[in-house]
Amino acid sequence: MAASPDSVTPNKGGFRTWLNKRLPVDEFMESQLTGYFAPKNFNIWYFFGSLALMVFVIQILSGIFLTMHYKPSEAMAFDSVEYIMREVEWGWLIRYMHSTGASFFFIVVYLHMFRALMYGSYREPRELLWIFGMLLYLALMAEAFMGYVLPWGNMSYWGAQVIVNLFGTIPAIGPAIVEWIRGDYGIADSTLNRFFALHVIAVPFAIAFLVLMHLVALRQTGSNNPDGIEIKAKLNEQGKPVDGIPFHPYYTVKDVVGVGVFLLFFCGVLFFVPTFGGLFLEKPNFEPANALSTPDHIAPVWYFTAFYAMLRAVPDQQMGALLMLLAIVVLFFLPWLDKSPVKSIRYKGWMSKLALTLFAISFVVLSYLGLQPAEGIYVVLTRIFTALYFAFFILMPVYTKLETCQAPPERVTYHA
Amino acid sequence: MRKLIMASVALAGALCMSVSQAASGPAGEWTKWQAGNDVTNTASLQRGAGNFMGYCAGCHSLKYMRYSRMAEDLSIPREQLDKFLLLPGSKTSDYITTPMMAADGEAWFGKAPPDLSLITRAKGSDYVYQFLKTFYLDAKATTGTNNLALAGTSMPHVLSSLQGLQELKLRTEEKTLDDGSMVTESIYEGFELVVPGQLSSDEYDAFLRDTVNFLEYVGEPYKAKRISLGIWVTLFLLVFTGLAYLMKREYWRDVE
Repeated sequence: MAASPDSVTPNKGGFRTWLNKRLPVDEFMESQLTGYFAPKNFNIWYFFGSLALMVFVIQILSGIFLTMHYKPSEAMAFDSVEYIMREVEWGWLIRYMHSTGASFFFIVVYLHMFRALMYGSYREPRELLWIFGMLLYLALMAEAFMGYVLPWGNMSYWGAQVIVNLFGTIPAIGPAIVEWIRGDYGIADSTLNRFFALHVIAVPFAIAFLVLMHLVALRQTGSNNPDGIEIKAKLNEQGKPVDGIPFHPYYTVKDVVGVGVFLLFFCGVLFFVPTFGGLFLEKPNFEPANALSTPDHIAPVWYFTAFYAMLRAVPDQQMGALLMLLAIVVLFFLPWLDKSPVKSIRYKGWMSKLALTLFAISFVVLSYLGLQPAEGIYVVLTRIFTALYFAFFILMPVYTKLETCQAPPERVTYHA
Repeated sequence: MRKLIMASVALAGALCMSVSQAASGPAGEWTKWQAGNDVTNTASLQRGAGNFMGYCAGCHSLKYMRYSRMAEDLSIPREQLDKFLLLPGSKTSDYITTPMMAADGEAWFGKAPPDLSLITRAKGSDYVYQFLKTFYLDAKATTGTNNLALAGTSMPHVLSSLQGLQELKLRTEEKTLDDGSMVTESIYEGFELVVPGQLSSDEYDAFLRDTVNFLEYVGEPYKAKRISLGIWVTLFLLVFTGLAYLMKREYWRDVE
């Protein structure tokens, strides 16, 4: 660590030496990549962190080119998006990259979060890492919501109407807050303008900062792994974890394979089904915003529908909004709700396995129910699965203590 | 939720009266009719462009589409464009607008005829096909015809000279509701042509297929290119991923 830049690169004169005297390039590579040891037993679930970072870069790059042609005004927003789709060179590709990227961002992040739930990556000493991740998820939701309003289609407009009005359920100050958010008495030009500013500058900055904090916290504790045991507990003569391998080149070359497979899915959607049957780009959004014509069913994009379903699960609007908020807030407390002596689902008892399975099913079913009209059997099902969703968290301190767990192995499970 | 939406409408200063309702007539076999069009079929798109300019452009615009772009994409020679497709007073670089003023449209039909640039994306190609096929005689309608896909449409059946005029065949059925009350339900049986048009039923279907195909092209001019490029991108990614996997295997050989 304390080696001078010259001794790090003894045989390389010229530019590299010159540079390293002024900027710790080699030192950074050493401490963050070649000298950072990650567990060797990562499985397929460990691709989604680096993929999330890549999707973020895709969104930033495609977003920059979109802002060159997009006009954030009530009168021109919708037309400017069509202009991008038709008259800007490769504009259709850039726009589809961005719209497909939004949905894939959530797919990747949901899988990334599920990985953390499975292997207990939120447990001590990684509580802050988990909290930074949750803050990232919140920022991503805000980013996606405001981005969805920008094309100014009819679903953009009515979706914004419904979501912004949720703030109106806050006691006493609600209506004033709604007005403050919109900057007008309805969703209007001023709303579109500020959402644009927040979408392209404020929130992306927040996300970039949180990504940095997420990575710094990860470097501090080291990665968890599917066995949920600490590789730092077993060191070799050089003081390196015996079950660890340098992140670079091992995980960089492995992640490139993940990128290839991911891009096959991503480009499959982008080039062949960019609207994804109305799930990624909804039909009513091909009609311009119209305050006089409500779409038949107002539903947010698929990645919010689980929470939207919970909002509609209770007849009282205020309670619904509160329930929706709780569904997200409760995730922050996960590190302290899990009392199990082991981290990974592999060694937890049957109750934890059942609870996690039911939780995953609930989330998928609720996402489906949020897209359906709130009537009849759908409401009943929504209530059942909302209860299951919350039961996972509320009962966690109980079932993680009651069940008998297997003892995790001394060394990670790895078959070459 | 409904309260919320209504409150929003009121807040937005909207007149609740004019909240539009896209109702359709009795469901039936017609809801399964498919346009069966293909945007890579240039000949069909050319015929569709001719159909549109001849029968639709008098009232409906394609405000995001330029004549020149259309001619280029559909391989329509410049002389043909000028002679058969260009509306009087338009230049080839212009967007396809309609000579009908929006205010006139509103006065004549109660609602200005909508721009059709994105109609297939907003409603689907099959919907447009079903709409143009399900006009039927209705003495109560001001235009003389009504429509199954869009009940109460203010659009007259402008293609009646081609399709002819048809009557809707309905069968009524008594039905008992859950609460025990009886209702009469109309059930779709089919159409019966009462005034023949210039085209046979098959010819009219082909005419609609071309027209809908053209509208689908207008909805997303790059669709054909997107798909053909997508095939190359996929092939590249398969090779890339294969090579990346081989590289990964090579590096990981020494991990025990």
